[in-house]
Amino acid sequence: MPLNIRTYHELTEADRSGLAAQIDAQRRRVAARVATVGRVVAVMSGKGGVGKSFVTAGLARALARGGVATGVLDADLNGPTIPALLELARARCTVRPDGVEPAVNPDGVRCFSMALLLADGRPLGFRGPETESHVWRETLETAALREFLADVAWGPLDRLLVDLPPGVQRFQELVELLPAPPAVLTVTIPTAESRDAVRRAMHAAAARGAGLVGVIENMVGGPFAGDAGAALAAEFGVPLLARIPWHPAAETWRELALRV
Amino acid sequence: MKFLCVECDQQLTFEERRLPGDGTLAAAFRCPRCGRVIALLTNPMETQLVASLGVKIGGTTVPPQPLETVRGMVTTGRDEAFDDAARPDPAPAGPHWSAAAQERLARVPGFVRGMVKRIYLDYAKERGIAEITPAVMDTARSELGLEGM
Repeated sequence: MPLNIRTYHELTEADRSGLAAQIDAQRRRVAARVATVGRVVAVMSGKGGVGKSFVTAGLARALARGGVATGVLDADLNGPTIPALLELARARCTVRPDGVEPAVNPDGVRCFSMALLLADGRPLGFRGPETESHVWRETLETAALREFLADVAWGPLDRLLVDLPPGVQRFQELVELLPAPPAVLTVTIPTAESRDAVRRAMHAAAARGAGLVGVIENMVGGPFAGDAGAALAAEFGVPLLARIPWHPAAETWRELALRV
Repeated sequence: MKFLCVECDQQLTFEERRLPGDGTLAAAFRCPRCGRVIALLTNPMETQLVASLGVKIGGTTVPPQPLETVRGMVTTGRDEAFDDAARPDPAPAGPHWSAAAQERLARVPGFVRGMVKRIYLDYAKERGIAEITPAVMDTARSELGLEGM
């Protein structure tokens, strides 16, 4: 005689554990926090070393100087560099009833980063069993990203730039955490190798419903030859927002800020 | 994750959680009809995976703390990363910390200490506990699922 076993969704009794409800509550906290943000803009690239963080910081400072309330969430948890690029002095992060205060740089850019929290020179380490850590580590990093979104008292912002690490995984996690897909700025260097890697990232972003704001070509005029920026912009039908030279002038950032 | 008493066709309800401190977790669930109790036992990796989601089997009764998962799980944070003094004390007139509890709290890494203190204060206030002792901290740790705190 087979057992009559109701399935998961057929069990509707009250459940004190409420794991699904706890996840829902987490999502609501993220949604409530970003409700005061005009636009979340993910800065991404399929490739490392193209200068995403450099571009993010330069753009953020130019936006803030132009009167645009700007925040930067450093989503590169393992290699965070945004506080240094924003020239942020290290200080204690103030915990208030409504969340943790972001650091604010001299231009008024609000910022939160794992770099503000880690001991000098130490890598991001988590408590937990060392064996099979691949099973839980990415999940924990996603939780950290969720808390950076939900628990930092960002306040009203016109732009929240999210500086993503290389690849597309953190972007996928960001999309799952936010109530709506972010806008996406992609950064490339001129080379064909970069073009190919960034193309994959742009396809991944478009497939998740993200609006592609445009392409920024960085490190122009240096040792890297090619036209990756123009090629990607044409292929995806988006503007080439800037071609940033090795030593960009303040005007370069100002012009970029006007276009984002 | 839910549990069903097949014989009674009743969903089991959460009863109690224990954290032995070795990374494992025991959670007891009871059938509301026949009273049978079963225990869910998780190994350290399974416990960690659930904790990594920022959820607690059995739920929790105190409000989530800002950056609770980051502060509770990161082991390489700097001691002076946070200033928790800006939050109003939930119970300015108490509860009282016993000397042993204060000593134990002082051994908690600075990265997480302010948050842990706050959680124990919230827990004691909610239950009308006048003095926080190591025994209260142990009970709170199990009841609230504070592995490693």
